[in-house]
Amino acid sequence: MPWSMGKDSNVLIWLARKAFAGKVPFPLLHIDTTYEFPEMYTFREWATKEHELDLLIRINQDAIDRGVSYATHDPVTVTHELKTLALRAALDEYKWDALITGIRRDEDPTRAKERHFSPRSAEGVWDYKDQPPEFWGQFASRPPAGGHVRVQPLLEWTELDIWEYIRREAIPIPTLYYARDGKRFRSLGCHPITHPVPSEADTIDKVIDELRLTRTSERSGRAQDHHERNAMQKLRAKGFM
Amino acid sequence: MSALAPATYTAQTETDVGRLHVVVVGHVDHGKSTFVGRLLHDTESLPEGKIEQVKKACAAEGMDFEYAFLLDALLEEQEQNITIDTTRIFFRTKKRNYAIIDAPGHREFLKNMVTGAASASAALLVIDAQEGVMDQSRRHAVLLSLLGVKQLVVLVNKMDLVKHDAATFQRIETEYTAFLASLGLKAARFIPIAARHGDNVVTRSQVMAWYKGPTVAEALDDLVHVDNVAGLPLRMPVSDIYRFDHRRIIAGRVESGSLRPGEPLVFLPGGRSTTVRAFEDWPITKRDVVPTGASAGFTLEEQIFVERGQIAAHPSHAPRVGREFRARIFWLGREPLALGRSYRLRLGTQDVPAFVSRIHSITDADTLAATQGDSVPKDAVADIVLRTAAPIAYDLHHECPVTGRFAIEDGERIAGGGIITEEVSSSQTNGKGRVTPAERIARHGHGPAILWFTGLSGSGKSTLSESVERRLFDSGKHVLRVDGDELRSSLSRDLGFTPEARAESVRRAAAVAGLFADTGAIVLVTLIAPLAADREKSRRALARHAFLEVFVDAPLAVCESRDPKGLYAKVRRGEIREFTGISSPYEAPQDPEVHVRTDQVDLAAATEQVLAAIDAAVREPREDWEV
Ligand SMILES: Nc1nc2c(ncn2[C@@H]2O[C@H](COP(=O)(O)OP(=O)(O)OP(=O)(O)O)[C@@H](O)[C@H]2O)c(=O)[nH]1
Ligand SMILES: [Mg+2]
Repeated sequence: MPWSMGKDSNVLIWLARKAFAGKVPFPLLHIDTTYEFPEMYTFREWATKEHELDLLIRINQDAIDRGVSYATHDPVTVTHELKTLALRAALDEYKWDALITGIRRDEDPTRAKERHFSPRSAEGVWDYKDQPPEFWGQFASRPPAGGHVRVQPLLEWTELDIWEYIRREAIPIPTLYYARDGKRFRSLGCHPITHPVPSEADTIDKVIDELRLTRTSERSGRAQDHHERNAMQKLRAKGFM
Repeated sequence: MSALAPATYTAQTETDVGRLHVVVVGHVDHGKSTFVGRLLHDTESLPEGKIEQVKKACAAEGMDFEYAFLLDALLEEQEQNITIDTTRIFFRTKKRNYAIIDAPGHREFLKNMVTGAASASAALLVIDAQEGVMDQSRRHAVLLSLLGVKQLVVLVNKMDLVKHDAATFQRIETEYTAFLASLGLKAARFIPIAARHGDNVVTRSQVMAWYKGPTVAEALDDLVHVDNVAGLPLRMPVSDIYRFDHRRIIAGRVESGSLRPGEPLVFLPGGRSTTVRAFEDWPITKRDVVPTGASAGFTLEEQIFVERGQIAAHPSHAPRVGREFRARIFWLGREPLALGRSYRLRLGTQDVPAFVSRIHSITDADTLAATQGDSVPKDAVADIVLRTAAPIAYDLHHECPVTGRFAIEDGERIAGGGIITEEVSSSQTNGKGRVTPAERIARHGHGPAILWFTGLSGSGKSTLSESVERRLFDSGKHVLRVDGDELRSSLSRDLGFTPEARAESVRRAAAVAGLFADTGAIVLVTLIAPLAADREKSRRALARHAFLEVFVDAPLAVCESRDPKGLYAKVRRGEIREFTGISSPYEAPQDPEVHVRTDQVDLAAATEQVLAAIDAAVREPREDWEV
């Protein structure tokens, strides 16, 4: 299960513990872009102990050695190199049948078209033009030859659902989501391309009140989505989450 | 264009718990996506700047702006101006939260329409006023009736193209009402709209003043949650059994009814019962009851055999168990659904081989014409009889919908689904002439197999084979053990321990195993059979059956320390000569189907290992089942 330490991934860990009597019975994977906010690394240490996680950390060192960086490259390229390719390398290494992801339909129009069980070919490609049917709780649960299945339990949740659940269950999340000096992060990614939004919401209740009224989109602070038309579709077809 | 005065939909006054799922269906190009885009726009549900952003992107590409592009996000969809896959968007009115599912209208994407509609409580059926009722308008309604979506609102769209003519609207209303009635459906209302211009979507149309009914937004708020499953019996398909610590936790989701500690439970098929001891929640919370839709992990008072696939129910209201039932199905597979071919049937967490034993009728979902045939083509619906390889637990759809419906898998892909309408009493076969192996398979629900447990004395052959036998027996399999030592006191009483006598003893054991397998049983042979050549001969003699060599492996020192029959001690005292592993050779299997290290794994794990191998070997039924 990929774990970005963001709010959705922490909800996933919580759900996994609930589903498996308190224990996360599979390994977690952090694709470390090396551009995480410092607080995220502190949170990672703490949460790994707290939830007794079996954590794997992967970095695309080769790309970094080749000089791929936000200073010199566009965000789509860097995201592809540091996230998608690192994920693909981990998949090649471990040959997992399934990846449990925390994506949601309300985040992005291409994610809105996703399935709860979404097969990926051996090359990691998403065949969005021919997705398997799913109904009545029956899913495409068998991984294609050489490939894997993305299992996406949060697909039906909205950003507001996530926050209400975090409040109800008191799930630990990084404090970067709360306002400091009139700004907060709604979505967390690499620091050079993730921008805080103006906000006074410094408590969870205020965050929820803010979201009930907002009309700006959650990922508006994420530069790679807006780099070109259908940037997310192109990234996602190649294996980005 | 009419004057629009959008209502403000930001603050909810009266909250309806739970999100209402509404699917938008209808023929290709009749304006479904345009309608949804417009609905989002007029209820101010779009993120700030979204319209401007899409308009700018369109201008840059030299395309006309379409409200549909708010949903049709894929490049291919925008280029061809068509919806390929369903989009789900969330929005809220003052009354409640909605998930609006925009389904594609093109016939090629019917599987995507089904995916979208299966989770909906209500449907908005869009019909183009100019084109009128078309084939997908009808086909979608047929699928809605099978999927159990009964709340319908029909939107007669593009009224601007027919000069907002009331007579055209009424003609479509009359025609389509009659069609729906033939399916047992009834639309709550018909609404004339012009989605592109926003007429009667959220704002009342000035140009269609003749229409007095509600706008679509108002009609949405009049819909109700119909996924009400109150009053249904408890059905909890078992999804897994956890053994993380000393506890054995049964996990699953309550699909109907409710579950309480102290209540008696029966697990079907299989039929063992006991009571629920306690819920094992994390974080520790006190739950007195697990209601419909919630998941549970719990321990049982008695350690009865439970496995994934079984349905937990109250003994007084148990589901049916059987191997044959009649169903109404829809078929989406690329290949037609054919009589006698083997598929997999998935119902709850059950997953069993099945085949179509009868096709009563095939209905063209466009014309509703019923025909006879040997196969069901893509996009048709049919009335068929399905027969499963093993007994399954199920309900009739009208008694308990959640366990009265299923999916059919063809070659690893979900290719159809259906609802169970009637039980078919397991008809005994009335074939002619010799009883065929296929008939035996059909009766037992599984094919035969021979497992040859070989290994040193004390390696654990008997213990392991007994444990495997118990598990197979409890899950309703026809199983039998053939023990080498026992044969030596009966059939092979005349044989000694010379190499020739040992070879003969192996041959006889193999012959006995073969006979039992001919009856359709899974036979577990336990025999040291030290020589690879003898075992190979048996394998060849039994080639007509699935044959699995199970190497029960532990180092000699470990076997000697266990010494369950005191034989090693006798050998060391010189009371036995010619003892395998010490004074006569043991040729370990080079390439066994199953290799169990009994010094490294416990009995439970070893048993699972063998069961998994059996499952893989006897899983696929023959293509030539004749029942
Ligand atoms: N004149 C007129 N055109 C409309 C109206 N509503 C939709 N259209 C046009 O009809 C065409 C098809 O609309 P879509 O919304 O893409 O149709 P659809 O039903 O979603 O199509 P599929 O999803 O591919 O089945 C577009 O060019 C729309 O602009 C309307 O009220 N009046
Ligand atoms: Mg469309």
